[in-house]
Amino acid sequence: MSAAISIRGLRVVRGGREVLHDIDLEVEPGAVTGLLGPSGSGKTTLLRCVVGAQVVAAGMVGVLGRQAGASALRALVGYQTQAPSVYTDLTVAENLAYFGAILGVDRSRETESIEIVGLSGLEQQLASTLSGGELARLSLAAALLNNPKLLVLDEPTVGLDPVLRRDLWETFHALANGGTTLLVSSHVMDEAERCDRLVLIRNGSILALGSPDELRGRTGSESLDDAFLTLVDRVEP
Amino acid sequence: MSVGRTGATARRVLRQLRHDPRTVGLLLAVPCVLQILVHALFANNPQVFQRLGVPLLGLFPFVTMFIVTSITMLRERTSGTLERLLTTPIARGDLLAGYALAFALVAAMQATLVSVLSFGLLGLESDHRLGVVALAIGNAILGMALGLFASAYARTEFQAVQFMPAFVLPQILLCGLLVPREEMADWLRVLSAFLPLTYAYDALARLSSEVRVGTRFWFDVAVVIGVTILSLALGAATLRRRTP
Repeated sequence: MSAAISIRGLRVVRGGREVLHDIDLEVEPGAVTGLLGPSGSGKTTLLRCVVGAQVVAAGMVGVLGRQAGASALRALVGYQTQAPSVYTDLTVAENLAYFGAILGVDRSRETESIEIVGLSGLEQQLASTLSGGELARLSLAAALLNNPKLLVLDEPTVGLDPVLRRDLWETFHALANGGTTLLVSSHVMDEAERCDRLVLIRNGSILALGSPDELRGRTGSESLDDAFLTLVDRVEP
Repeated sequence: MSVGRTGATARRVLRQLRHDPRTVGLLLAVPCVLQILVHALFANNPQVFQRLGVPLLGLFPFVTMFIVTSITMLRERTSGTLERLLTTPIARGDLLAGYALAFALVAAMQATLVSVLSFGLLGLESDHRLGVVALAIGNAILGMALGLFASAYARTEFQAVQFMPAFVLPQILLCGLLVPREEMADWLRVLSAFLPLTYAYDALARLSSEVRVGTRFWFDVAVVIGVTILSLALGAATLRRRTP
């Protein structure tokens, strides 16, 4: 099967500094791929390249067989930014009604999305009165509305309680089983275990690719945290 | 562009306002209070109120919509909602038209309220009352278009608020409201010819003083419409799907 995302020689310059160096990456369809790396490693920039929101200096970013940001992709890609990008002066239901109307989805999808992220019962609450975690979930619900073929999620589980985090990861895998490709960033290594495939990124370069088991095996480490450290040491002895 | 997405955007902006009754109250009450103040200020000199009343009525929506739009658009940019919207199928024109529609409605309410007050209670006179309201709405959309354009150059809400004195105040000083343009120094008159509010004011002044408006009035209206379209186009160009 051809890759859902295919990146060749991607370079990005921000504020006069190269923040992504010559990235090559293939993301397989129908799986949950984790983009793991410390804060400031270039995760968000890479995700912005995939959704076509980032000006790139060089390279090719292909998404679902088209160039990233192509207008035909806008109905097929769901994107959750790191900061919850919803209208805090609207209610939960009003936010989803607006994004739903923009995406042209059936009204029933709004209720479904609310259920998936576990915000049922809070429909009439003003977004500004939601907790940080609830706000993040509302933002995720908006990204789920149009059943996208590719879901790009920037740190979707930050600040959520463990039960909810587990539920969301189950949701991600259920979506992947249904054929959706997910690219999820995180800086928490214990989330890496939950991904089908991992992309480890540091200082704007890809450190390693593979499944959690492959990465552990390759480094002879017990945990992914150790694997990450071993990989860093190999590159920067 | 799509009618559905434009309508959805207008509805969304109006819903945001509905959740903020204080802002709505200020939008509607402040121009009325200011008009009452001007009326009281020139109680001993009613011709001054007759001269200023109509232009003020038409310029209030310009000022308020400039501020409201530049702040709302800045919030849209900084909160990430704009980035999210621009990854969806919405056309930039849908977004702008939605904003224009919603704010035109608010401007219509504002202008109607001040008109009823001024013509009904304060004794302001004009042979073209509906024309004044229509022009007030047009000026509101001009203010919105300029505010949208200005918001692209503000990084913070502090800067956006400062654009009010920077963009709007010079135009109010030079438009002819305070000193007739014929009495200005040459360089000021030339400068004022490049400011859109000069034409908006001239049109309003003619509605206030002339029984039958002539070609000069329609020229003014054409300039206001032209500048609105130009700044909407420039504003649309600042809504980039790809940013550095």
